Amino acid sequence: MKPELMKRMVKGPDGQEFEVEPLRDYYCEAAPTVMPAAYIKIVEDFFNWARSESIWILGFGTGCGAIEMRPLMTPRFDAYRYGVQWRPTPRQSNLFIISGYLSVKTLKRAIRSYEQMQSPKYVIGLGSCTINGGMYWDSYNTIKRLDDYLPVDLYIAGCMPRPEALLAGFMDMKKIIRAGNAEGANKYAENFDWYKANQKQVIHDWDMPDYNW
Amino acid sequence: MRELHQRLKSLFPLGELTEQRPDLGFVTVPAEYLRPLLLQLSDREGFTHLVLLTAVDWIEDGQFQLTYLLSNRGAARDLGVRVMIPRPANGLATMDGIHDIWPTAATYQRELREMFGIDFPGSPRVDEEFILEGWIDKPPYRRDFDTKKFSEENFNHRPGRETRDPEQYMKQQLYPDGK
Repeated sequence: MKPELMKRMVKGPDGQEFEVEPLRDYYCEAAPTVMPAAYIKIVEDFFNWARSESIWILGFGTGCGAIEMRPLMTPRFDAYRYGVQWRPTPRQSNLFIISGYLSVKTLKRAIRSYEQMQSPKYVIGLGSCTINGGMYWDSYNTIKRLDDYLPVDLYIAGCMPRPEALLAGFMDMKKIIRAGNAEGANKYAENFDWYKANQKQVIHDWDMPDYNW
Repeated sequence: MRELHQRLKSLFPLGELTEQRPDLGFVTVPAEYLRPLLLQLSDREGFTHLVLLTAVDWIEDGQFQLTYLLSNRGAARDLGVRVMIPRPANGLATMDGIHDIWPTAATYQRELREMFGIDFPGSPRVDEEFILEGWIDKPPYRRDFDTKKFSEENFNHRPGRETRDPEQYMKQQLYPDGK
């Protein structure tokens, strides 16, 4: 474990010494909980319509697929006209695109980022690598099934998919959200132990709390 | 390049010069002469830039080959210096670092320590993790490391992936009656 995560004594600015245990003190320990629909159907439908029209993507490029997102942001394909935009932090975004291969090292960061996002949140797996490993199927350092580690709502196949395929994927994502089927966050909370077991199976130096909220 | 090789040969027990291009050559030198040779090249011969430091795993010979590629910007030519060091079947190989001549070498040495298991004692941060985190197996660039086996044992895979020989498959598709 990294030294900055160890339990230690810290001297405050007022000279008082106190104990800090980063894993307990800096993070919320509670596991995620299932958030059932709170209102009657017509209201939930309205909410889902609103959610589908404001897809905010976390600007986190995990693999080579991230290169396909740049033309989408710029005038050539201009995803903003569909109410899709990129945000710099997990707290501000609700869609996480795993863009291509995911190494074990990046998986750790991806899990942290996903857990920090606010519900309702969605995950799109972009490219063959997220589906079955793609061309990295025999790599010593990349995972082969994204849905073992994060709840994936939609896959976009291809190596790499063109920006048009991504736009079509956003349209499908909107349909899924509007139909009320984008329950990834709840699925994650429900099967939390299973997801954690899978994640810890590949991440051998687990040095973060179980839930990074 | 030949003239440079002749000049160096009078000073060090160099091997044959392999001229890959007029401006790119390789020489082999015993490990104990590496440091004086590199100092000579950098201080006297104008090879002031370390382009890269990399390794090759000659598993059959029980050796690692280290290649120090140097560049002489003024004369626009590159020289690769090869060193063979013993390769233990298990555990770390050891070599002297050159990070005091070129500080950038420390990064290469960290990489070699992690990916090939070649230790450079005294090199800055050489024992810290570099690219891999929580690595549990032997260094992955060693040739006796089976990446496919490791991947199959460690990562879940999705069934349904199949591979076909393109020639046979197209034949079958185009000429199903076998003509």
